[in-house]
Amino acid sequence: MSVSTLPSYEDVTARYEPVIGLETHVELGTASKMFCGCATTFGADPNTQVCPTCLGLPGSLPVVNAKAIEYAIRIGLALNCSIAPWSRFARKNYFYPDMPKDYQISQYDEPICIDGYLDIEVEGKPYRIGIERVHLEEDTGKSLHVGGATGRIHGATHSLVDYNRAGIPLVEIVTKPIVGTGAAAPEVARTYVTELRDILRTLGVSDVRMEQGSLRCDVNTSLMPVGASEWGTRTETKNVNSLRSVERAVRSEMIRQASILDDGGKILQETRHFHEDTGRTTSGRSKEEATDYRYFPEPDLVPVAPDAAWIEEIRGSLPELPSARRARLQADLGVSADDMQAMANAGVVDLVAATVAAGAPAEEARNWWLGYLAQQANAAEIEASELNITPAAVARVIALVADGSLSTGLARQAVDGVLETGQDPDTVVAERGLKRVTDTSALSAAVAEAIAGAPDVAEKIRGGKVAAAGALVGAVMKATKGQADAKLVRELILKELGV
Amino acid sequence: MSDDTPAEITRTDVAHLARLARLAVTDEELDTFAGQLQVILGAVARVGEVAADDIPPTSHVVPLTNVWRADEVRPSLPHDAAMAAAPAVEQERFRVPRILDEE
Amino acid sequence: MGKHSQHSDLTRLTAAELAAAIAAGETSSVDVTQAHLDRIAAVDDRVHAFLHIDADGALATAKQVDAQRASGEAPASPLAGVPLALKDVMATEGQPTTVGSKILEGWIPPYDATVTRKLREAGIVVLGKANMDEFAMGSSTENSAYGPSHNPWDLDRIPGGSSGGSSSAVAAYEAPLAIGTDTGGSIRQPAAVCGLVGHKPTYGGVSRYGLVAFSSSLDQAGPLARNVLDAALLHEVIGGHDKCDSTSIDAPVPAVVEAARRGAAGDLSGLRVGVVTELGGEGFQAGVLESFHAAVAVLRELGASVQEISCPYFSYGLPAYYLIAPSEASSNLARFDAMRYGLRVGDDGERSLEEVMSLTRDAGFGPEVKRRIILGTYALSAGYYDAYYGQAQKVRTLISRDFAAAYDKVDVLVSPTTPTVAFPIGERVDDPMAMYAADLATLPASLAGVPAISVPSGLSEGLPVGLQIMAPAQADDRCYLVAAAFETASDERRGHVLLEEAQVL
Ligand SMILES: [Mg+2]
Ligand SMILES: [Zn+2]
Repeated sequence: MSVSTLPSYEDVTARYEPVIGLETHVELGTASKMFCGCATTFGADPNTQVCPTCLGLPGSLPVVNAKAIEYAIRIGLALNCSIAPWSRFARKNYFYPDMPKDYQISQYDEPICIDGYLDIEVEGKPYRIGIERVHLEEDTGKSLHVGGATGRIHGATHSLVDYNRAGIPLVEIVTKPIVGTGAAAPEVARTYVTELRDILRTLGVSDVRMEQGSLRCDVNTSLMPVGASEWGTRTETKNVNSLRSVERAVRSEMIRQASILDDGGKILQETRHFHEDTGRTTSGRSKEEATDYRYFPEPDLVPVAPDAAWIEEIRGSLPELPSARRARLQADLGVSADDMQAMANAGVVDLVAATVAAGAPAEEARNWWLGYLAQQANAAEIEASELNITPAAVARVIALVADGSLSTGLARQAVDGVLETGQDPDTVVAERGLKRVTDTSALSAAVAEAIAGAPDVAEKIRGGKVAAAGALVGAVMKATKGQADAKLVRELILKELGV
Repeated sequence: MSDDTPAEITRTDVAHLARLARLAVTDEELDTFAGQLQVILGAVARVGEVAADDIPPTSHVVPLTNVWRADEVRPSLPHDAAMAAAPAVEQERFRVPRILDEE
Repeated sequence: MGKHSQHSDLTRLTAAELAAAIAAGETSSVDVTQAHLDRIAAVDDRVHAFLHIDADGALATAKQVDAQRASGEAPASPLAGVPLALKDVMATEGQPTTVGSKILEGWIPPYDATVTRKLREAGIVVLGKANMDEFAMGSSTENSAYGPSHNPWDLDRIPGGSSGGSSSAVAAYEAPLAIGTDTGGSIRQPAAVCGLVGHKPTYGGVSRYGLVAFSSSLDQAGPLARNVLDAALLHEVIGGHDKCDSTSIDAPVPAVVEAARRGAAGDLSGLRVGVVTELGGEGFQAGVLESFHAAVAVLRELGASVQEISCPYFSYGLPAYYLIAPSEASSNLARFDAMRYGLRVGDDGERSLEEVMSLTRDAGFGPEVKRRIILGTYALSAGYYDAYYGQAQKVRTLISRDFAAAYDKVDVLVSPTTPTVAFPIGERVDDPMAMYAADLATLPASLAGVPAISVPSGLSEGLPVGLQIMAPAQADDRCYLVAAAFETASDERRGHVLLEEAQVL
């Protein structure tokens, strides 16, 4: 379908109501794998963290990692779930080379946590996201596709499999269908995943590095005409692996489905793949030809029946969760609810708090993290927390501005230097000679030169067009490599021209 | 024999099952298996005779729960031992033929 | 057991006698091992009990046992230095493990099964890997991809299965002991048709770690031997809790050796024996039933009270088993996919992974394995799960309830181990249901996870018949006690052990 036939998003949401759902897979941060003692360290040499069990060698058997059970319970409790007094593992049977046993051990109809919720807020509006279930399963290995275009499976001549990841514990967190979000659906999806990520980090159950694939989302989307009560056919978009992609995937899938429905077409119930580069989804396997997974209770494992006292002990050890922490921080930082929400959405609450803790005023800390630093993160397509700068360094830059050592422009250059080199701000300032020039005599030569170089501009200013002074200020700033105080330069120019 | 004798197992059914089970059965095998499965299923369908909703299924005969291990790292196999039986190896990985459909 | 020592041939001694002679320095483990290797060389081309002989490994272990004795160390176990045939279903580090299948031809595991490790730690000498029906699916070894084993009583007949390499090795004096595995009768039935003792422990009594799975909820390893005490000694070596097997029972091994010794005194007074009505009528040969009734009479003479017990759901054991075992097998055998180990067929650089997988599995698995994979795939598939797998699991519950009700009234249940004596090789290969019927009497104990032993009860048409003794879960000692009492009484009446009536190979 050509781009030109796609309706605008506003047009789509005016006529259709989305129902979305999210399945989020998270790698747990245990030291050893789900069913064997192999290490879970990311980035190890291929096939060095494997044993008979996680290679699926004949005769090998799984033994459950108690920590994974504990982590799943922690997650369930944090998401207001009931912890099942009795749950079981099952085998999900399908052939795939990155799955060493050609079945995945996964909880199926008897998950460990059921029926919870997570409250979020988008643009001032609260949403309660129902949690259907949280269950435990094992991760697969990783394949490299060789011989085709840049690692794509399509067109590859063969593939190379590394089983280091196979058997790492995963929890799968499944929402109930999310209705009534309207045009906010993509934002709701993103906010939910963001909140979930923050909760998981706070719980200490996963480091949630999305760029390493430790949190992966499958997004279900369907549309129904506004006012209708019967849900449309849904598609499942697989492997949406960044917060930004979650939002984009929902949006693009809504637009795609609307254009089909507009043409009187039917939505195919199918698996789709999201492509980061184009922001579009493409068709995977349709459900009609989907594998029959032939689930049955895993005979190699016995049921999980966590003791009630243990569950309460875990409940008692839960840390302050992000929403509670946000409420507290909002009061502590003295920022508005909107600011707090903006900070939460940008994933910078902790960064701002840490910057304040390092001595910066809340207002300044917030401005930096939501402003210049957020722009840099966006440009690099990473999370703000992944920027190569610490809250302490940001606080130091703010202090240097406050004491007059740096202008705003110089402060940004200092931050750029920190981001590039990882050095502390004082080193960057010293090495790059970032120094605010406040000496009027040192500047007057540059001012005179700027006026001489643009007589027509000077004439306009003399004639009363004061706004034109900006061009001359720019010239002086350039000549002084940005070290001058722009406000002072402007004053000098106007004075020189007698305005 | 019970009333709930299974429907006829056709060659098509066997072909479908063989595809699910990744068995490239021959035409001859399809015929043989279809016939034999029909006989076997006719015999095993008897389990339906004792159908009772109040009978819980037994999946495990050992009355055990909560068997688990501490989260401790144990030595993995040496890389060479892990790869020793691989039909093909490339770049320290198991080399496998091209994958047709994406999962 | 001292009466056996009339044989000067080391291969004719019992395992207990061999261990005692080695410990006493009357012979060496190397001599014993060499005698068995010689015996294998002399007869195994006719018996075909072994798929792989590890002469070097065996002699190295034997030397080590002898050296330890020479240095004054206590024996590692009551079976130190005694040779054994290990069913090829157990992973052995550095030694081939084929599970009787072409798909694993040449596979050398990088690890030991727990049973293998325990054997090594006990100083038991593993002679090699015993033949078996492919993936333990069968009752005759005719499903071995490497050809059938032969019953030493009549080389044209089956030695039972799937542990038929184990039974034929012990019956042919190629080894005094063997490890078998029993999913639906695969230790007891080969023991019965070869005139041996074979015990299927309580499910969870012996670790399954490293046992290449056929049906995970049923598989149990256990001993085969020429007498009850030897079987008990081996049981104590391999039994016990294993943290690598989540279904392993965390309790001490029942005192089976003590029970075997106590039983040999021949007093069963106070023991209540139940004869299972459903395991003795239709489908059982007259000669088998005759031997069985005579055996029950012996139990009575030894002081046991005998009553008939009906276990109505036992007759559903066969259909339930032939749904549960193939279902689990269809999943367990999925991993043989030509990717990480084992056979790979048709990888020409053009064919897709799915084609290579499917071609390999079709070429690497034999017909019985494929039949069961397809059957299991069917039974687990979405529309049929409830009617087949789900129902079969309910039958399992009902069979367990039958056992529980029976054990309220009696201490052990008895039946013939098999409906028939060893049948001729080739007789049932084209008739799966006839082949499956060989397991009729052994299936209930498998499905309920309770222990059961087979001990020779006599001959029919010149071929051995087995008596099956079943006990409640974790009361394996009761099986050994009754079997030992019965064995002593029958040996005394006969004047010799039954196996001595077998032809000399
Ligand atoms: Mg999943
Ligand atoms: Zn591992």
